[in-house]
Amino acid sequence: MINAPVRAISLFELFKGFATIGLLGFGGVAVMARHVIVEKYHWLTDKEYATILGMGQVLPGANVVNASVIIGDRFQGPKGSIVCVLGIMVLPILILLVFALLYDKFGQLPAVSVALTGAGAAAAGMVLATGLKMAIKVKLGVAGWLIIGLAVSGILILRLPLVYVVLALIPTAIVITAWLGKK
Amino acid sequence: MNEPSVLGQLARSFAMISLIAIGGINAVLPALRHVVVDSMRWMDDATFMQLFAVTQITPGPNVVIVSLVGWQVAGFGGLLVATLAMLLPACLLAFLIGRIANRLEGSKGLRLAQTALVPVAIGLILAGGLDLSQAAYRGWLTPLIVAANVAGILFTKLNPVWGLLASALVALAAHYSGLFVLA
Repeated sequence: MINAPVRAISLFELFKGFATIGLLGFGGVAVMARHVIVEKYHWLTDKEYATILGMGQVLPGANVVNASVIIGDRFQGPKGSIVCVLGIMVLPILILLVFALLYDKFGQLPAVSVALTGAGAAAAGMVLATGLKMAIKVKLGVAGWLIIGLAVSGILILRLPLVYVVLALIPTAIVITAWLGKK
Repeated sequence: MNEPSVLGQLARSFAMISLIAIGGINAVLPALRHVVVDSMRWMDDATFMQLFAVTQITPGPNVVIVSLVGWQVAGFGGLLVATLAMLLPACLLAFLIGRIANRLEGSKGLRLAQTALVPVAIGLILAGGLDLSQAAYRGWLTPLIVAANVAGILFTKLNPVWGLLASALVALAAHYSGLFVLA
């Protein structure tokens, strides 16, 4: 059962924990989330956390935000969900506002523009590497690679709108996976 | 264009994107870029990539790219509307699925859905990374930066944020030594 809380965790504790995840999660929050939830506060075991994050990964929306909705609900009901999402979002958005003001003021300077162009290419690389890392970790079978191939060619070669690609891909992926069996 | 309609467009487009974001914000970056750059013409590719770089330096979930776009398009109201539009639909769905997931736990259907949807997420993220790499293209240096960051993330344990900073410095050095001119 992933829904039997071991001990009561207050809304304040949840907020503090998720604020820590948001504030210290540089370059992706998933690593920091596991550290805080599993290792620091022992709110969940490794396995429970993996199950919830696994659900977060296949649900639409930000993975860790989804996980915080489910974890918050588990300990404090709907109020807990709201507190956890606020906790993870509020401080990063305040910091983002400072950066946004700086960008509005200095973004036009040639040096800033060049530096951000370099960082933007790096950020594109980060996204690509995230996908590759997942592909390596999951140990995909024929069905998995076929689904990935369909997604990539639909979006990049056929240039279909993403909404249609996703809506067509979900049932296709389920049929392919059920048909080819295994992973 | 009058403000309310901009807010309405932000809300509508981002709520739609929220519900197809299987694999998180990284999976829907092509759709986000398409809306922001091609359909609405709120900014060009170069600006979009610079904003994306800024959000990667910001701690917290990647979804704040949506907040920053909202800010650029319609100030603080834009930030709030864009962020809520992106978070609310997905969070509500995560809440509902989280509640019924217990009953489904271990069921064949749920396992099939998970096995099928993980490759969908991976495919969307890979397409997102490739799409952004294209958008980040400003001359010979940017593909090299993309490749170097992918390699750095796959083959070292360094936090990807170091790659962002190093890439900004490399771009500056190449530009001011006269080796590289932004295309």
